[in-house]
Amino acid sequence: MESENVIEVVHLTKKFGDFTAVDDISFHVRRGEIFGFLGANGAGKTTAMRMLTGLSFPTSGKGTVAGFDIRTQSELIKKHIGYMSQKFALYGDLTVRDNLELFAGIYGVPRKETDARIDNLLGRLSMSHEKNSRVRDLPQGWKQKLAFSVSIIHKPEIVFLDEPTGGVDPAARRQFWELIYEAVDEGITAFVTTHYMDEAEYCDRISMMVDGRIEALDSPGALKEKFGAASIAEVFDILARGAKRTE
Amino acid sequence: MDSIVIHSLKKTYGKGQPPAVDIRGDLCISKGELFGIIGPDGAGKTTLFRMLATLVSPDSGTAVLEGYDVMADYRKIRTILGYMPGRFSLYSDLSVRENLEFFASVFGKDLESNYGLIENIYCRLKPFERRKAGKLSGGMKQKLALCCSLIHSPSILFLDEPTTGVDPSSRRELWENLAQLKASGMTIVVSTAYMDEACRCDRVGMMKSGRFLTVDSPERIISGFDRRLVSVKSDEMFRLLHDLRGIGDVDRCYTFGETHHLTLKPGSRMTVREIGSVLAGKYGHKGVSVAETDATLEDCYMNLEEKL
Repeated sequence: MESENVIEVVHLTKKFGDFTAVDDISFHVRRGEIFGFLGANGAGKTTAMRMLTGLSFPTSGKGTVAGFDIRTQSELIKKHIGYMSQKFALYGDLTVRDNLELFAGIYGVPRKETDARIDNLLGRLSMSHEKNSRVRDLPQGWKQKLAFSVSIIHKPEIVFLDEPTGGVDPAARRQFWELIYEAVDEGITAFVTTHYMDEAEYCDRISMMVDGRIEALDSPGALKEKFGAASIAEVFDILARGAKRTE
Repeated sequence: MDSIVIHSLKKTYGKGQPPAVDIRGDLCISKGELFGIIGPDGAGKTTLFRMLATLVSPDSGTAVLEGYDVMADYRKIRTILGYMPGRFSLYSDLSVRENLEFFASVFGKDLESNYGLIENIYCRLKPFERRKAGKLSGGMKQKLALCCSLIHSPSILFLDEPTTGVDPSSRRELWENLAQLKASGMTIVVSTAYMDEACRCDRVGMMKSGRFLTVDSPERIISGFDRRLVSVKSDEMFRLLHDLRGIGDVDRCYTFGETHHLTLKPGSRMTVREIGSVLAGKYGHKGVSVAETDATLEDCYMNLEEKL
């Protein structure tokens, strides 16, 4: 079934002992949109993302990601999504090409297609001349672009980006966002977390998580209007002020 | 009075590599100044911090902190300096309180005598005193690291990207803490990827390829912006970005929150109205709005970058 929603969750809840990390959240993400998943440190974003990416199971509630059930089909979900985070990206000791081959293999790209896809990807990044360089010797900006390209090498339906631009300077952040735009232009859905509130403005819709719940979800424009705020940063402040959890 | 005096500092790692830091001329940072460093990855920010913190020795040049030379008087400097590195460097297996006690004891201090300095920050950690540092969330780790770097009541504090991965509310709290420390007379040098943070500094040094390209107050950097800056919006923002770059008079165009910003080429007489009609006419954009706008520090950064 070709659904227009690539993520749908209803009453999703995750408890650790008597601590409710994710508290009854329901939302959907439409095919082809950039969805910003915002919230303070400790609001429950990571726990929610782990459930959506098949790494952890909900205590209660249900949902589908890329059409697969998050309770029963987590292995299928993993094959149909891409994931990139600032913390884990590529193997620094391997060359650019080796990294690409490794991840293409892990993501199940058919062997006979691998070479063509890698060449195409390197060409688009203008990095063909660097294919035998070790990743750790590349400038940070290139590493990040490469890591993003690797995360969509198997043409997933959704790519999860967990703070992809943390600690990145303003120029490199913008270049990175243009890559996201390009991928979305080709039909991939992007699910992004960020602490940069200007980046929240680049999203089609954003959700704001406070104490495990989604307190607001709409387009950046509508949220600003609703909260009478001049910027998403202000909306964030208004909502974060209501938080009771201290991380 | 100067707290930090740098006189042409250079450091190269490995043969045939370009220098990581290559500061020519002098840079003085006053006592009680809040000095920000911005610049792309690989600009040399961390190497500079490490040299000033006496952890890496310079190949040439000198740096003097509170009258002490980083080479000759490194032992003395380590007692008057607080350094919070970019990577979490506390002991994950020790509890919050144990970490703090450990760092105090390293400097021959006890917790109580300097508690006043960290009280405002530590009060938020207090409920988790017995938790292992490795089990803290990102924002809490940062607070603890700051406490540990302050526990010996240093005269100078270095913070290497203290707010990476920290949410907006915690970032603001940290900067409120820094403002209080500054008010107590502490000299603070901080690197950051956030331009709103850089704006809170007395002066900002923009670093690239190991050198400072500009050192000035945020206000003066901004008032020195000498290009016409235009803010543009339409219903199709991604296509708009490419279309704007296709306009001959446009020099640079980049995303800027809910709008795109562009600078016009020197000498261009293109008006806001003309840009609007090209977008609506030639490119068929809907919901177009175009307006001249004032530069921010972020615009200065984006355009400085281009000049290099």
